[in-house]
Amino acid sequence: MKFGVLVFPGSNCDHDAYHVVSKHVGQPVDFIWHKDTDLSGYDALIVPGGFSYGDYLRAGALARFSPVMNSVKDFAANGGFVLGICNGFQILCEAGLLPGALIRNRGLHFICKHVNIKVENSTTAYTEQYENGEVLSIPIAHAEGNYTCDDETFHELEKNGQIVFRYCDESGSVTDAVNPNGARSNIAGICSKEGNVLGMMPHPERACEELLGSNDGRELFKSLASRIQGS
Amino acid sequence: MKAKVFVTLKNGVLDPQGKAIHSSVESLGFSGIRDVRQGKYFEVVFDESVDAESARENAEKIAKDVLANPVIEDYRVEIE
Repeated sequence: MKFGVLVFPGSNCDHDAYHVVSKHVGQPVDFIWHKDTDLSGYDALIVPGGFSYGDYLRAGALARFSPVMNSVKDFAANGGFVLGICNGFQILCEAGLLPGALIRNRGLHFICKHVNIKVENSTTAYTEQYENGEVLSIPIAHAEGNYTCDDETFHELEKNGQIVFRYCDESGSVTDAVNPNGARSNIAGICSKEGNVLGMMPHPERACEELLGSNDGRELFKSLASRIQGS
Repeated sequence: MKAKVFVTLKNGVLDPQGKAIHSSVESLGFSGIRDVRQGKYFEVVFDESVDAESARENAEKIAKDVLANPVIEDYRVEIE
């Protein structure tokens, strides 16, 4: 099993993702420079958080033209696992690997804090080690995390179980009061119809050590590793 | 040959920045303003050898593929 962490100019959560895979999942992992195009030998790719290309034009908009992204599209089309976190989620939406878009937070501010998210679908490769409805404490750190999509896309997402995480309160209630950024239907993370591509605004890689306030994110990476192991 | 590209949010897409500008404008004392929507403006300057027709064609493609995200934005191209 081998993981790859993509590195764009301006990525800044790449080392966190690398650390989690090597230390907590205990699997081999490489950094993959955005100009590389050979993804053979990898089972899962992480598109990390940060400010790729300085968020110029739109968050994630320019990273999608990096040479590696064509290979990522082929990789995903062949069933490879692709996890986009924060800026990585924005990049996957811009690249058309996930539907919808992430726009400016409704309160305009950059928000950096722990939030509660609810596991809405525990059957995905990324969430198998969670219970359905489980509430996780995971930090967010973004200014453009306000998920939006048209009605047709939204109904598709709901129908196919593609809404994987929603912002909620401590008890798991999904209310507008605990929606940090105005995301449609409190959406914090979605997956592709096939389930192999996941994008989420919260940072599970920053929630893998008790010392950092939460280790609720670990099972996400462990779920993925065990799915790869079993396949 | 210059292409002017205007990128605006689609109707119905929330524009928090436009709302903030709206409220600032009102706090300055301007009244009677129903809404403020913000967008982006680009100038794409082509070589002299490029004619108007291909400038428009390329600018439309650049707007569609790069400058605008068709999920949330519309665009308009003017050639001058």
